[in-house]
Amino acid sequence: MDMSKDLVAASATPLVLAILAEGDSYGYAIIKRVAELSGGHLQWTDGMLYPVLHRLERQGHVAAKWSASENGRRRKYYRITKEGRAQLAAQREQWRTVDGTLRGIWMQACTV
Amino acid sequence: MTTFADQPLEEQIGQWRAYLRRRQALHGPDVEELEGHLRDQLAALTEAGLSGDEAFLIAVKRMGSLDALSREFARAHSERLWKQLVIAPDAPEPAKTSYTETLVVLGLAVAAACAVKVPALFGLRLDGGDESFYARNASLFVLPLLTVYFVWKRGLGVVSGLWLALPFAAGAVFANVFPFRTGGDTEVLTALHLPIALWMAVGFAYIRSRWFADGGRMDFVRFSGELAIYYVLIALGGGVLTGFTMMMFKAIEMNAEWFVAGWLIPCGAAGAVIIGSWLVEAKQSVIENMAPVLTRLFTPLFTVLLLVFLATMAWTGSPINVKREVLIGFDLLLAVVVGLVLYAASARDPQAPPDFFDGLQLLLVVSALVVDGVALAAIAARISEFGFTPNRVAALGENLILLVNLAWSAWLYACLLRHRGSFAVLERWQIAYLPVYSVWAALVVVMFPPVFGYR
Repeated sequence: MDMSKDLVAASATPLVLAILAEGDSYGYAIIKRVAELSGGHLQWTDGMLYPVLHRLERQGHVAAKWSASENGRRRKYYRITKEGRAQLAAQREQWRTVDGTLRGIWMQACTV
Repeated sequence: MTTFADQPLEEQIGQWRAYLRRRQALHGPDVEELEGHLRDQLAALTEAGLSGDEAFLIAVKRMGSLDALSREFARAHSERLWKQLVIAPDAPEPAKTSYTETLVVLGLAVAAACAVKVPALFGLRLDGGDESFYARNASLFVLPLLTVYFVWKRGLGVVSGLWLALPFAAGAVFANVFPFRTGGDTEVLTALHLPIALWMAVGFAYIRSRWFADGGRMDFVRFSGELAIYYVLIALGGGVLTGFTMMMFKAIEMNAEWFVAGWLIPCGAAGAVIIGSWLVEAKQSVIENMAPVLTRLFTPLFTVLLLVFLATMAWTGSPINVKREVLIGFDLLLAVVVGLVLYAASARDPQAPPDFFDGLQLLLVVSALVVDGVALAAIAARISEFGFTPNRVAALGENLILLVNLAWSAWLYACLLRHRGSFAVLERWQIAYLPVYSVWAALVVVMFPPVFGYR
C-alpha cells in the first residue's frame, strides 16, 4: 500500500510520541517499532525521523541524552516529557475525531 | 564500537560520513547520530545474510536523499547558518517584494539625496566653510527618512509616527541652537553622538511593539550589522563609480570634481543608507546573516591583537599617549569587542553546550577588560593633571559604560564555561544593555555643550 507523503508526515509526531510513551528509545529502534506496529505498511525514509525528533526536542516534547550503547558507540536516547504526554493526548483526540468521522461516512456508504 | 570486519565497508562508511559533514545544516552530533543509525541498520542486514556491499547500498538507500534530509534538518534548526541557502532549491518562491515597496524605497532614497542639498538653497555650502553644519546634521538628513520607511513598512499608525518624529525634532534643535565654536570639541562630540542617540528611534520603528520582547532587539542588532556590511559594499561600488567619473571626464579635458564632491558623494552616501536598509529587509529570506560569520572570523584575530598589544606594553613599559584620536581609537576598539560579543550571541544556538569558541570569547573579553583598564588609568591621570575637557569626560564615560558591559559579560561567560549558567542569560544581558549607549549619547549631545561652554 502506498501511503501519501502528507499522511505519513502528519502521523509521524503522534506515532513517535506514542512509541516514546512506551519507554525511552533511540532512532533506529523507533523505526523498527514503527515497521513492526504497521506490519511494514508505514515506510519511513529512515533519515527523516531525526529532524522530527529534533523538532520535538526543541518544542520540549521530548528530552534527549547521549549515553553509551551496548556496542560501545555513543547513542542519543529520547525520553518523552510531561509536555510531550499532554501533546500526545491532544493529538490522540484529534486523530480520534478524524477517524470517527471517516468511519461514520464509510459505514453509511456500506449500508446504502 | 560496531566495526565491520571487511575494510572496504568501513571505508564506505567513512566516505558517507565525510559527505554528510559537508552539509551546512548537519552538525557534528547529528552526523554521529545518523552514522549510529546506519551502523545499526548495517549490522541487522549483514546478520540477515547480506554481504557488506549489499547491506551498505540498502542502508544508505533507506536513509533517504541527502538533499531532502538536510533540508528537513535546516527547517528543524532554523537558526543554523546559511539555512536558506540549503533550503533554497526546493522552497517556494519568497513572497515577491512588492512593486510599491520598490517605489517607496526609491522615493525615500531620492528624498534623502535631495535633503542633503536643501541647505545649499539657503546658502550653506558643503565645500565652503559650512562643513561643521553638515557634520552636526548628517544623521538628520537620512535617519528620519529611514524611520518613515519602517513606519510605512510595519504599518505603524500616524500617531506612533508622530511620536517617533519627536526625537528627530529634538535632535535638530540640539544640533543647531547651541552657539558652537566652529571646529570646537563639543561640536565634534555632537556630530559623533547624535547618530548613536537617534539610532534608537530608528530601532523603535524597526521593531514596533516587540521592543520589550527579547527577540525584537536582537533582530535590530542583526539588522544594524547587516546594514553596516551592505553600506560598506555600496560604498566600495560608489568609489569605483567616482573614480571612473573623474577619469572619463578628465579624458575630455573637463573637471568633474565639483559634481563628484558636491553631488555624487554626499547624495549617494545619504541615499545608500535607505537602499542598504531595503536590501537587508528584502534579502532576509535569501541568505542568513553575514555579521555572525565575520564575527567567527575576527574574534580570534582581535584576541591575538589585544594579547600582543598588552604583552608589548608590559615589555616596553611605554604608557598610552592620551590624544583625542587615541582616546576615540580605544573607545572604538572596545565598541568592536562588544560588537563581536553581541554578534556571536545573535548567531549562537542558546541551547548548545559551551564550546571552544566560548572560551575564546571569554579570553577576548578579559583581554579587552585589561586594555580598557589601562586606557581608563591613562585618561584618569590626564584628567587629574590637566583638568576636565569635553573629550576626556566623553571618553571616560564611554569607557566606563563599555567596562561595565564587558565585566559582566566576562562573568557570565565564566559561568557558562563552568556549566553554571545558560547562554540565554548572556544574550539577555547584552540586549538589556543596548539602550544605555543611546541614552549616554543623548546625554553628550544635550548636556556637554552648555556644561563645557561650547568650546
